Amino acid sequence: MGPYFARRVVIAIPTLWAIITVCFFLMRLAPGGPFDAQAPVPQEILVNLRARYHLDQSLAVQYLDYLGNLARGDFGPSFKYKDFTVTELIAQGLPVSAQNGLCALLLAVVLGIPAGIFAAIRQNSFRDHAVMGLAMTGIVIPTFVTGHLFILIFGVWLRDTMFHLPAGTWNGGAWPNRILPAMCLALPFIVTIARITRGSMIEALRANHIRTARAKGLPFRLVVTRHALKTALIPVVTYLGPATALLLTGSMVIETVFQLPGIGRYFVQGALNRDYTLVMGVTIISAVAVIATNLLVDVLYGFLDPRVRYD
Amino acid sequence: MGSAPLLHIDNLTVKFTTADGAVDAVSDLSLHISPGECLGVVGESGSGKSQTFMAALGLLAANGSARGRALFHGDDLLTLGDNELNAIRGDKVAMIFQDPMTSLTPHMTVGRQLSEVLIHHRGVSAARAREESLVMLKRVRVPDPERRLAMYPHELSGGLRQRVMIAMALLCGPELIIADEPTTALDVTVQAQILDLLREVKDTLHTAVVLITHDLGVIAGLADRVAVMYAGRIVEMGDVRQVFADPRHPYTRGLLACTPRMDAAVTGALFTIPGQPPNLEHLPAGCAFAPRCASVLDACRNDRPALRGLGGGRFKACIRDDLAHAS
Repeated sequence: MGPYFARRVVIAIPTLWAIITVCFFLMRLAPGGPFDAQAPVPQEILVNLRARYHLDQSLAVQYLDYLGNLARGDFGPSFKYKDFTVTELIAQGLPVSAQNGLCALLLAVVLGIPAGIFAAIRQNSFRDHAVMGLAMTGIVIPTFVTGHLFILIFGVWLRDTMFHLPAGTWNGGAWPNRILPAMCLALPFIVTIARITRGSMIEALRANHIRTARAKGLPFRLVVTRHALKTALIPVVTYLGPATALLLTGSMVIETVFQLPGIGRYFVQGALNRDYTLVMGVTIISAVAVIATNLLVDVLYGFLDPRVRYD
Repeated sequence: MGSAPLLHIDNLTVKFTTADGAVDAVSDLSLHISPGECLGVVGESGSGKSQTFMAALGLLAANGSARGRALFHGDDLLTLGDNELNAIRGDKVAMIFQDPMTSLTPHMTVGRQLSEVLIHHRGVSAARAREESLVMLKRVRVPDPERRLAMYPHELSGGLRQRVMIAMALLCGPELIIADEPTTALDVTVQAQILDLLREVKDTLHTAVVLITHDLGVIAGLADRVAVMYAGRIVEMGDVRQVFADPRHPYTRGLLACTPRMDAAVTGALFTIPGQPPNLEHLPAGCAFAPRCASVLDACRNDRPALRGLGGGRFKACIRDDLAHAS
């Protein structure tokens, strides 16, 4: 298993390089530049600005410079947030996004999996339909609606009760502030995980070895948790890989609705502002998250099914 | 029938609800198994032989339902609650399944799958359960049993997995083992070994065995009595030597004629029963076997023959009494 993962980590380097290269040139292909959105500046200032950010050099030189800086861990200066480097912006925003994402991930797993199991073992009953119907409602309402609904309910209507929760801002990561954004971010993931779990659990309970376990006289609860759950979790874990990467790197909508200083908003703002270095920075962070979580998923496969071989 | 039956199945009907309507996989079936005896249940695929016993143990698929009674020591298994049924399953009645490749849980070690039976039914410690599992693996002649305990099912051969299944069934010293096609998925040489093992279990532990199979050779080697099933009903039942020597039902006769024998002259083509087993959704009004029967009468097509006693513990469901001794 060791050599397999060492190889996977090594393979990740050319993968990252390919992502960086494609992203770098795609950004430059897009019309406009970092200084076009502002009020027109005099030609001399623009020349100075372009020289300051090395935009006057050939694309090849800029590309190689960027790679060189990146190798030293320098994401470069932000074009838009002029007092900050991209490294600083990410260092400030990523912990907020990642913590909120982690809370949402925990909620999604802790609520989604049991809900799916519950529905599966009562397949096609009223309770199955009730849980899955509720879940569908959760997934069809967009996050920017649920976000504002949560704010309205917990921030405004319940203002004078013990259920009052702050309507937004990170507030240094205070727990009351974390609850609404995490819930809101988790909601579609809870639903998806519940639906995947339900389907895979129904499938897992049809296996021959489940009949053996029941014939042994084990209580149904044990049959489900001990003999079926691991098999049923394989598709869930497959989904959780990219989902985790997505959650940890923040959500533009959630961070805008709840005014969180995360990096999710940089994906959109960076692209709109042609903030080349910022877009590159958050893209690399996402890519690393996806590669890392996929690797983690492969480790989990081996834990869930001993027949998985790493070679 | 000197002793009280261990398992008495009485007027059992097993119904499956499918998209195309309801199907009776087993119709109005009655049989019994006495302590220590081996009952062979033989029939083609879909004849209801497995579903009879699945129903008795509450293991029917979700779309299946059972009517009638299945008395085990006087308790009707069909009306017991989950907890009471679970106390019997795996303890007093154990099951061995057809496909050892898929019938063990792939993500649990052999040791855990064996131990959990004892831990659950006997409440013993994990260490004690492991010890007893080891003894049982030795008893069913699994080589190198200590190492096997730590292995996962996919690391064992089919024959070894079936030995593990048998060990699992024997752990609590059951009074009845239901073996559902225990050798069908195995190589011929391994089949013989597993049958030897089952015979040894039956002879040394005096466990009653229900042997469900489509292989008459397996029945001949192991069973005391045989029940022949066709389209969800028993068509003939009795002492295995008598039935094999002098089959009274045309279907049994056909089955036996289909079986190649070492001591018979080689005459070229093997015998087959013409036609196909009937679709259970569209059974003929009379005898289900009538469309394929060489000795069919007009009456066979109108009235379904009841299973009737012939004396000497023999039964058949056929109106013809004039059939000559099998040639």
